[in-house]
Amino acid sequence: GNRAAQPGTTQRAEGDDSLYPIAVLIDELRNEDVQLRLNSIKKLSTIALALGVERTRTELLPFLTDTIYDEDEVLLALAEQLGSFTVLVGGPEFVHCLLPPLESLATVEETVVRDKAVESLQKISQEHSPVDLEVHFVPLVKRLASGDWFTSRTSACGLFSVCYPRVSSTVKAEIRQHFRTLCSDDTPMVRRAASSKLGEFAKVLELDYVKSDIIPLFTALASDEQDSVRLLAVEAGVSIATLLPQEDLEDLVMPTLRQAAEDKSWRVRYMVADKFSELQKAVGPEITKNDLVPAFQNLLKDCEAEVRTAAANKVKVFCESLPEDSRETIIMTHILPCVKELVSDTNQHVKSALASVIMGLSTILGKDNTVEHLLPLFLVQLKDEYPEVRLNIISNLDCVNEVIGIRQLSQSLLPAIVELAEDAKWRVRLAIIEYMPLLAGQLGVEFFDEKLNSLCMAWLIDHVYAIREAATCNLMKLVEKFGAEWAQNTIVPKVLGMANDSNYLHRMTTLFCINALSEVCGQEITTKHMLPVVLKMSTDQVANVRFNVARCLQKIGPVLDSSALQADVKPVLEKLATDQDMDVKYFALEAISGMYPFISLTFQHISSQKHFNSPLYCFFFSFSPCCLGYRRLHCVIVKFFKHYLWMSCIYFIYSCIYLFIWSTCTFLKGSSDAHFPQVDMIL
Amino acid sequence: MFTRIIRDPASPTEEVSALLCSVAADIISTVEFNSTGELLATGDKGGRVVVFQREQESKNQPHRRGEYNVYSTFQSHEPEFDYLKSLEIEEKINKIRWLPQQNAAYFLLSTNDKTVKLWKISERDKRPEGYNLKDEDGRIRDPATITTLRVPVLQPMDLMVEATPRRVFSNAHTYHINSISVNSDYETFMSTDDLRINLWNLEITNRSFNIVDIKPANMEELTEVITAAEFHPHQCNTFVYSSSKGSIRLCDMRASALCDNHSKFFEEPEDPSNRSFFSEIISSISDVKFSHSGRYLMTRDYLTVKVWDLNMESKPLETYQVHDYLRSKLCSLYENDCIFDKFECVWNGSDSVIMTGSYNNFFRMFDRNTKRDVTLEASRENSKPRAILKPRKVCVGGKRRKDEISVDSLDFSKKIIHTAWHPSENIIAVAATNNLYIFQDKVN
Repeated sequence: GNRAAQPGTTQRAEGDDSLYPIAVLIDELRNEDVQLRLNSIKKLSTIALALGVERTRTELLPFLTDTIYDEDEVLLALAEQLGSFTVLVGGPEFVHCLLPPLESLATVEETVVRDKAVESLQKISQEHSPVDLEVHFVPLVKRLASGDWFTSRTSACGLFSVCYPRVSSTVKAEIRQHFRTLCSDDTPMVRRAASSKLGEFAKVLELDYVKSDIIPLFTALASDEQDSVRLLAVEAGVSIATLLPQEDLEDLVMPTLRQAAEDKSWRVRYMVADKFSELQKAVGPEITKNDLVPAFQNLLKDCEAEVRTAAANKVKVFCESLPEDSRETIIMTHILPCVKELVSDTNQHVKSALASVIMGLSTILGKDNTVEHLLPLFLVQLKDEYPEVRLNIISNLDCVNEVIGIRQLSQSLLPAIVELAEDAKWRVRLAIIEYMPLLAGQLGVEFFDEKLNSLCMAWLIDHVYAIREAATCNLMKLVEKFGAEWAQNTIVPKVLGMANDSNYLHRMTTLFCINALSEVCGQEITTKHMLPVVLKMSTDQVANVRFNVARCLQKIGPVLDSSALQADVKPVLEKLATDQDMDVKYFALEAISGMYPFISLTFQHISSQKHFNSPLYCFFFSFSPCCLGYRRLHCVIVKFFKHYLWMSCIYFIYSCIYLFIWSTCTFLKGSSDAHFPQVDMIL
Repeated sequence: MFTRIIRDPASPTEEVSALLCSVAADIISTVEFNSTGELLATGDKGGRVVVFQREQESKNQPHRRGEYNVYSTFQSHEPEFDYLKSLEIEEKINKIRWLPQQNAAYFLLSTNDKTVKLWKISERDKRPEGYNLKDEDGRIRDPATITTLRVPVLQPMDLMVEATPRRVFSNAHTYHINSISVNSDYETFMSTDDLRINLWNLEITNRSFNIVDIKPANMEELTEVITAAEFHPHQCNTFVYSSSKGSIRLCDMRASALCDNHSKFFEEPEDPSNRSFFSEIISSISDVKFSHSGRYLMTRDYLTVKVWDLNMESKPLETYQVHDYLRSKLCSLYENDCIFDKFECVWNGSDSVIMTGSYNNFFRMFDRNTKRDVTLEASRENSKPRAILKPRKVCVGGKRRKDEISVDSLDFSKKIIHTAWHPSENIIAVAATNNLYIFQDKVN
């Protein structure tokens, strides 16, 4: 009411309040700290909003145009921001004001910044009216395309395709001419950029121009002296092939692509192999049959391992997409012989790539062919000297299982699994453990019990913790698969047997297993079989075992029935809570507090969650001079006040002090909604 | 033929007899012109890079044309300690290579024994002015007095040259890096140590590809090391590396990803009559350079410099004796370790003249067309700025003439290892321990 009466002063006062944060942001655009500059740039829209469209155009943008000295991350953020700045400069009518700063960003040396600037330019090009596009945007593209430095020319390559569809035919002709020039630029950098944008540009061109303009450019780039340019032309070739009608492909694209598949440089051939499925889709079934099949055969037999690896990775996808009528014949007569050779390749990466896809062929070829032709290959790979190859076969067993059932393989599978399970490298062992539940599911419970069960148990006493941990988790997944009864008969006795092991690490593994198994095994097994063992271990001479007993009891508590909790668990925990070892005591108390809903405790006032969260506790902690963590502190307190009665007294005193301070603060603040954190801050 | 135009840029007034320890860090360890010759970079043992810029021609000071003045100085590498291997890593700059210019800034790669760094050298001539919360002199303003927002305005200022590290390519070399070379595709470069060559993308620092590895499974079987490597100036797939056994291998990266198998092997059969205890040491190649045309290769070993035609692997096209008079002194050169000095060699802009260094601050030039050669000396005592260099002669047996120097009086501590030739003009840069001499062909 008062303020409205004095409009002049109000406006000033309000202006100050809202101007200040903006003023800080503007000043921080030039702060020495990169992080602050970055923050400011990220809030550029706030600044622009405060300045208004007029000042944004006349002051902020000119300033930003020259701010190209900054760190990459700041420039990157700036380039991104400017892409969505149209509204802030006054809408599409003024969008061309954004061109100068983006133009200068498009010439910096850092590729990520340039790419982002080009992306933003592409974005705002759509907000130009057709007239503005020709008056402002196209001249910018031309400037960049004829710039002195190759950074600007590379940026130009990405901008042709966005303006081409929306300009007059004379400008279109100019744009095509500029693109042609860039394709034969002196620097390989620019030719690479042109080569990588060729497909994109071809998509927006009229079909006649694709034939008359793009094809010659494509042919030229695909036979460039630099392999780095030629290899990018492969991808362009794929895009162009999708644009052309089938009857033109043979004359216009295929000679060049054939040449690329046989290029002298392995990097170009690699690219062909890598893009093979896209290529296959683009050229259609007829050319695939006549041209791509032999080309693919050659790539699979290439002298360079990198190329064979890339091709091997495509075997399944390539075969899948073959025309259905001749698929099987092509695979059997052309592809499979090459695959057979790759199985015994000299390079492990080739074999490993093949192993990751070869199983997929079985679904394509059907049962009989798989048994006759593929199975021998699987078996060879299962015996490969490199673990990665064997693992890749094992991890894809499900494909074969669907077709021929895993039984066919089981004879060879077993030695392979055993060998991997005992591999000297623990990462290999870890990998095979992870496939165990899958294998168990496919091989069935009998086979598992007979052959693999002992392996799973052996992992429990592995000398690497990560393996023991994975083995524990594996047991849980097995029980999920085979059920509690199976667990009780096969696993549980063995696990519990380890409780008497002389090695404390193995005894602890028992506890970890119980942690994992209790839930899947259910209340009965847990209470009847597991609990007694755990309770017995509470008297273990090693403290690590004892405190893990406490943790274990806490973990299995929810599975147990309340009578067992009361009668068995509670006394043990209480005993552990008075253990000599501090950690045991800590975890015992933790367990007791964790079980609050299940056990009625005599000393709940110290350890119940309620007290931990009380403001009193916070207050106590804020006074505490030591830098101990929350939990450690809890232990210290417990150690310090051995008698709970004492605790209560102390608490009472603290409560009084606290209440006093709280009320004082409340009084001082003169506000009724003061709350605890404020008290803490004042303290 | 050559006049000296500047000397000892790092400390023009410093006496040669300055403290040894301070001099040690100043010893120039590499010299390199950029692709236009407008800039010249030197690296030293102290990890510093000094960049010189050529003065633009001006009407009032015509004689200053061509003088190189300091443009930027920065500390490229610092001494480090590898705690895992208990190894000290020297800061000495082993090589500098300029990148092709891509915008108004300049870029160079510098390397010490282990780490390659990409530096940007850029100019700044504008400064933003105007704060909201403080005055131009830095006094804080009362926030309450702010009534309008000020956007900073860029104002012209004195030219400032900044060097900023853009990328660090590290952790890829177990042995000492001896060469770096930028590929003609402008996208990759290679770094070479004693046993391996790695290929990097200029934009990716966390991954490099090993393309050559000559490390035997058993290090006792090691018989040779890589001494230098360079990319072909135009063919992006071709590079050469030289070995301590005096051979050069040319590899084609198109053929396979690993270039352990060479496609060409250049080696001159050893002359059995010249065989001695030192043969292997002196045949070790200390530098290899492609000619600008890409047709020839030049290699430097201890006593000679050789030019090879890429199309002839069996023997060099030309062999030039750099200081054959030392052949009789190899024993003492072995004792004072000089025999292990790694002299570099350079081509002139048109590939018709080659230059390489020697002892006693002498350096040699050989004209490939006329077969004439000349010995020149880079020293303060014998040449004043803008004076014309006199050819020097070393007396080989017989009686010594007045202007000749006897082999015994050569100073082996004054050696010219690093030299550079302007890419198009007759301007050369010669590093003699901690002095840099720049000589220019006399214009008139």
